[in-house]
Amino acid sequence: MAKLLEVQDLKTQFYTSQGTVLAVDGITYDVEAGETVAIVGESGCGKSVGALSILKLIPDPPGKTVGGKINFMGQDLLKLSDAKIRKIRGRDISMIFQEPMTSLNPVLTIGLQLTEAMEFHLGINRKEAETQAVKWLEMVGISEAKRRLRQYPHHLSGGMRQRVMIAMALCCEPKLIIADEPTTALDVTIQAQILELMKDLSKRLGVALIIITHNLGVVARYADRVNVMYAGRIIESGTAHDIYHRPSHPYTLGLLHSVPRLDQPRKERLQPISGQPPDLTHLDNGCAFRSRCSFMVAQCATAYPPLEEVETAHSSACWEKHKLGEPVAA
Amino acid sequence: MSLPLNKMATTTASHAPNSNPQDNDVLLEVSGLKMHFPISEGLIFQKAVSVVKAVDGVSFNIRKGETLGLVGESGCGKTTTGRCILQLEKATEGQILFEGQDLTQLNSKALIPLRQKIQVIFQDPYSSLNPRLKIGDTISEPMKVHGVEPDASQRRKRVTELLNICGLPAKMADRYPHEMSGGQRQRVGIARALSLRPEFIICDEAVSALDVSIQAQIINLLEDLREEFQLTYLFIAHDLSVVRHLCHKVAVMYLGKIVELADCDELYSNPQHPYTKALLTAVPVPDPEVEKHREHSIMSGEVPSPINPPPGCVFHPRCSLAVEGCKQQVPDLRNTVADHFVACTEV
Repeated sequence: MAKLLEVQDLKTQFYTSQGTVLAVDGITYDVEAGETVAIVGESGCGKSVGALSILKLIPDPPGKTVGGKINFMGQDLLKLSDAKIRKIRGRDISMIFQEPMTSLNPVLTIGLQLTEAMEFHLGINRKEAETQAVKWLEMVGISEAKRRLRQYPHHLSGGMRQRVMIAMALCCEPKLIIADEPTTALDVTIQAQILELMKDLSKRLGVALIIITHNLGVVARYADRVNVMYAGRIIESGTAHDIYHRPSHPYTLGLLHSVPRLDQPRKERLQPISGQPPDLTHLDNGCAFRSRCSFMVAQCATAYPPLEEVETAHSSACWEKHKLGEPVAA
Repeated sequence: MSLPLNKMATTTASHAPNSNPQDNDVLLEVSGLKMHFPISEGLIFQKAVSVVKAVDGVSFNIRKGETLGLVGESGCGKTTTGRCILQLEKATEGQILFEGQDLTQLNSKALIPLRQKIQVIFQDPYSSLNPRLKIGDTISEPMKVHGVEPDASQRRKRVTELLNICGLPAKMADRYPHEMSGGQRQRVGIARALSLRPEFIICDEAVSALDVSIQAQIINLLEDLREEFQLTYLFIAHDLSVVRHLCHKVAVMYLGKIVELADCDELYSNPQHPYTKALLTAVPVPDPEVEKHREHSIMSGEVPSPINPPPGCVFHPRCSLAVEGCKQQVPDLRNTVADHFVACTEV
């Protein structure tokens, strides 16, 4: 399948009074048309910044994308002017944010927020846009769609607002949707509804999806391919099956061991990853994970391991990656 | 892990015939707890127009050394239940017996010695620590307030000891909260809760705000402390897999009521209430192969407003088993199999 999006060596930094934060430090991945790619990692690992950089949504100052290429349908998004990228945002690539409470404008009606993008991108008039908006609201499972157009975000529950966000993201029929922690703020039963809806609609409409999350369960249920991030870099990437059953990076292995699972007998103790994530202003040349790693060797302190293939379509950035080959209990 | 549960006596939701004076193991006994918040209208002459039934007839008891998990979605009243036990809210109705004393009947002076025994760990380690106090002062403040360690140097020693217990280096005592990570702050919150040598700790979503790798560290710490100091926990959480790992008994709440209460292993292997079943299937398992073969029946609808809850069983609008009778009759929490209580007429 053709590559829809190729991110190459993307680097985004923040200039703060404590020093330069290497929030995203050279990440490379791609997304094929229609597939679901997950970016997993803990808070502060750069997963959101990496995604916001694709649409040039990083506030400058303090942030700046200092290097890399983002190829999307034959053009480098980083080279585009503000006016041109605005034509892509919400049209070809749209975004779903984490907080449905704060990402909708509280003083504008749902209808206005939905039709605005369609009028701008599709060049249709208000009336047509409203007909379309009703169609999209019905598609995301909102009842009495016509009446909802006149309502404000505070009239809706969290789950409903996230449905409105999805309708907004879909309404210009984009090729790619970036969902940044789309269900983190929601309850489990609502989370399941929203994710099922996103999966169903992206399949039906052939939209590619980048899901950014820290929830390993969500990734396992919905993603085709997975990129695991740690301290601003992708440390492992592969198909969901390979990542969960043959993890080749100690961090991935540690993450999988540290979550209690409902489908397995209760463990006496969890196996957490010891220590704390590193300070992103003080990274050295070595592997950022080494202080928490049980596989550490001398080389880890001197050189950062490159992201290399362990097997076809499965790569890991670890010097000791071949020692982690043994399968995890399924 | 298993505890003798033969004498567990929670029965109906509204009244509580569960006070058994012979049962010395019971540390906390909540019966018929109701917390209704009034909604008032008008600026000067305020009058109550209706009530939010945040907690509406909750009964359970916790034995010494046992951990009860209280799970449910946001707005189901689990935090309010915890706050009522802490006497941070004045309960509308019901009894809260702690070591045989009814907390709701005590005045603020009589509560002081009991407050030492009941402590709390909050969810958000960012907002539950005073940003202007050094960590050492935060941890020693409860001791100062309760006068348990009047000597400053002794207090200082105790702080070091507590930091050590919670896995933090002693030098952290001179730091401010903003210099620490979320996991470290949560450890400080735990150290503060331990400073008065409590018997009972309410963990209100104590690990929810943490990253998975750090969350596992804190869960292990809570387990170790439970063993070391014979603590009893009320573990309030929405994460079902964490609750399963940590708790002996689990109560599932929905819209102010307990809908199912059972021994932990029993509840997870044999869930009976349709809401519990739906919750369990909604949690994704971190394994793509398992997920492929799992049934994904998604519960429709959302939690109704507690201001105007549906009549009869509050869950009936979303329930797959609902029959006509569910709209009229409020189901009691009844015993189905040994020590397994379900508030549903159809199971």
